[in-house]
Amino acid sequence: MNRTLTFFGRSLPLGTLLLASPAFAAAVEGQLAKQATNWVAIGMFFVFVVGTLGITYWAARRTTSRAQFYTAGGGITGFQNGLAIAGDYMSAASFLGISALVYSSGYDGLIYSIGFLVGWPLIMFLMAERLRNLGRFTFADVVSYRLSQTPIRVLSAAGTLTVVAFYLIAQMVGAGQLIKLLFGLDYMYAVAIVGILMMVYVMFGGMLATTWVQIIKAGLLLGGASFIALMVLIAFGFNVEALFAKAVEVSPKHGAIMRPGALVSDPVSAISLGLALMFGTAGLPHILMRFFTVADAKEARKSVLWATSFIGYFYLLTFIIGFGAIVLVSTNPAYVDAAGALIGGSNMAAVHLANAVGGSLLLGFISAVAFATILAVVAGLTLAGATAVSHDLYASVFCKGRADERKELRVSKMATLTLGIIAIVLGILFEKQNIAFMVGLAFAVAASANFPPLFLSMFWRGLTTRGAVVGSTLGLVTAVALTVLSPAIWVKVLGYPAPIFPYDAPALFSMPLAFAASWLVSVLDRSRAARDVAMRFDAQYVRSQTGIGMAEAVKH
Amino acid sequence: MNDDATQRIRHHPKFLELERKRSRFSWGLTALMLAIYYGYIFVVAFAPGVLGHPLSPGSATTVGMPIGVGVILSAVLLTGIYVWRANGEFDQLTREIVESTP
Repeated sequence: MNRTLTFFGRSLPLGTLLLASPAFAAAVEGQLAKQATNWVAIGMFFVFVVGTLGITYWAARRTTSRAQFYTAGGGITGFQNGLAIAGDYMSAASFLGISALVYSSGYDGLIYSIGFLVGWPLIMFLMAERLRNLGRFTFADVVSYRLSQTPIRVLSAAGTLTVVAFYLIAQMVGAGQLIKLLFGLDYMYAVAIVGILMMVYVMFGGMLATTWVQIIKAGLLLGGASFIALMVLIAFGFNVEALFAKAVEVSPKHGAIMRPGALVSDPVSAISLGLALMFGTAGLPHILMRFFTVADAKEARKSVLWATSFIGYFYLLTFIIGFGAIVLVSTNPAYVDAAGALIGGSNMAAVHLANAVGGSLLLGFISAVAFATILAVVAGLTLAGATAVSHDLYASVFCKGRADERKELRVSKMATLTLGIIAIVLGILFEKQNIAFMVGLAFAVAASANFPPLFLSMFWRGLTTRGAVVGSTLGLVTAVALTVLSPAIWVKVLGYPAPIFPYDAPALFSMPLAFAASWLVSVLDRSRAARDVAMRFDAQYVRSQTGIGMAEAVKH
Repeated sequence: MNDDATQRIRHHPKFLELERKRSRFSWGLTALMLAIYYGYIFVVAFAPGVLGHPLSPGSATTVGMPIGVGVILSAVLLTGIYVWRANGEFDQLTREIVESTP
């Protein structure tokens, strides 16, 4: 045990590996050189844009009501929703970043991607059907089912907008850098194109268009990645052992790529990041919202099964692609410089491999898919943020649940426009910042501020409004504060010599704190309101288990 | 739904059966998934050498490869098992509860 004990006091390389890894950075490490304009990629992306705008036009004519705008009227099937959830989850960062991590570290890439997957079964066992049975448009519907409306809505909207903002910054900056690299477009143009197209999809087509953009993109991404992986396997006669043997032979790390590497050195950050990924997934507003787009609990369960299958399959593909790149890209002088580094940066492993196995046509296709992927993810995020503003803040808090439906719809569109402009501005402001910590922070906030009140409100009769408010606020503040004090910001962004908080992932501390505070404040709450909400638990519980009463109008 | 209706369903024998079965099943699967994942992470953190052994003498493939892929497949499999039972048995029980309440 000596070895493990010495790990605890040190500044820990695992967090550094994970949070500064390409997966979170998405081509944003350093300023990337602008490439020659890639006309094949631009042409293919143009086809995607024309197609999705056609879908938006079709969806706009069906999106006339609030329920249509927020949740596509609940008419999405389990299979479609599963594909869309997978699309929300498989960002360009995870495609390029995880394959790049496998390319540079081998086995560690597999450990890392598993962390992203294992949250899904838990969402299935504990949350999916209950969410569908209780909620209507946002996860705040579920938390405020029996708790006091105003404070819970404000709190949930704050949690939603915080997560959306961090996630959006990461996506927008990643988009700008990536598109500069892949398409040879200026950073500013790239950010503006993403922002404007996303606003058009969401404002006019609402959830229906956003879902279909997500489905098409997921199909293209899975198809493209499958093709690359297939070409790699064909090159080795479907003999995986031969692929691994060749990779060990040519990799500068040799046998080390076949076993756990840098992750070993830091169990605390490994567990902390694992918690954030596992429970953060169950607190991401744009993911939770997807459960309200299907008709019933049965379809909600099918959604999660499809999503888990697609995401698991996708991670297996990125693993093969990473190893394929070790063999086929790192040995080819066309893709590496004299020092052995990938031309265009570490995230280019999958892109170069596409060129190596499929020529410029596949390169253009994969570049266009990467652009489409970012676009679809930001559209989903923006819709979740806009819904929190119009449904939770405007309709439920400002209008006390008596909002005129047409006005609420107009507010949601104005919120979309505002969020789109904010996203473009943030993308430009953060261009030269090191934002590698952003997605990790978004997951940590989701796990610490959104997940605890959501989980406790469904499972624990004793949760009171005060408990939820104090616990969630503490979770939010702690997750953000610890991240600021961690090496990722305190040292790398602010430039201090030593971090105050040694770990890069705060969830191990902020999430239990949120739960503990929710519990303590709730049991000490002797108010009448506390007794009332406990009495309403049975009705909520019966509905969460059976869905009885779901069809009745929900009074918000 | 009023309080009487709630309490009638809450104490309905079929509801109690559904609650008991589903609770045991979903928490059991949750515990299993957590054990698999954190078991794996603990091996990675404290005994990484185990995963670095060659699968067979002289092979490049290590023990860690099938185990890692196994964790991914187990996540999909456990999810599938839950859906299979919930969309069959649990939904059937739910239907019976709904039909027997006016």
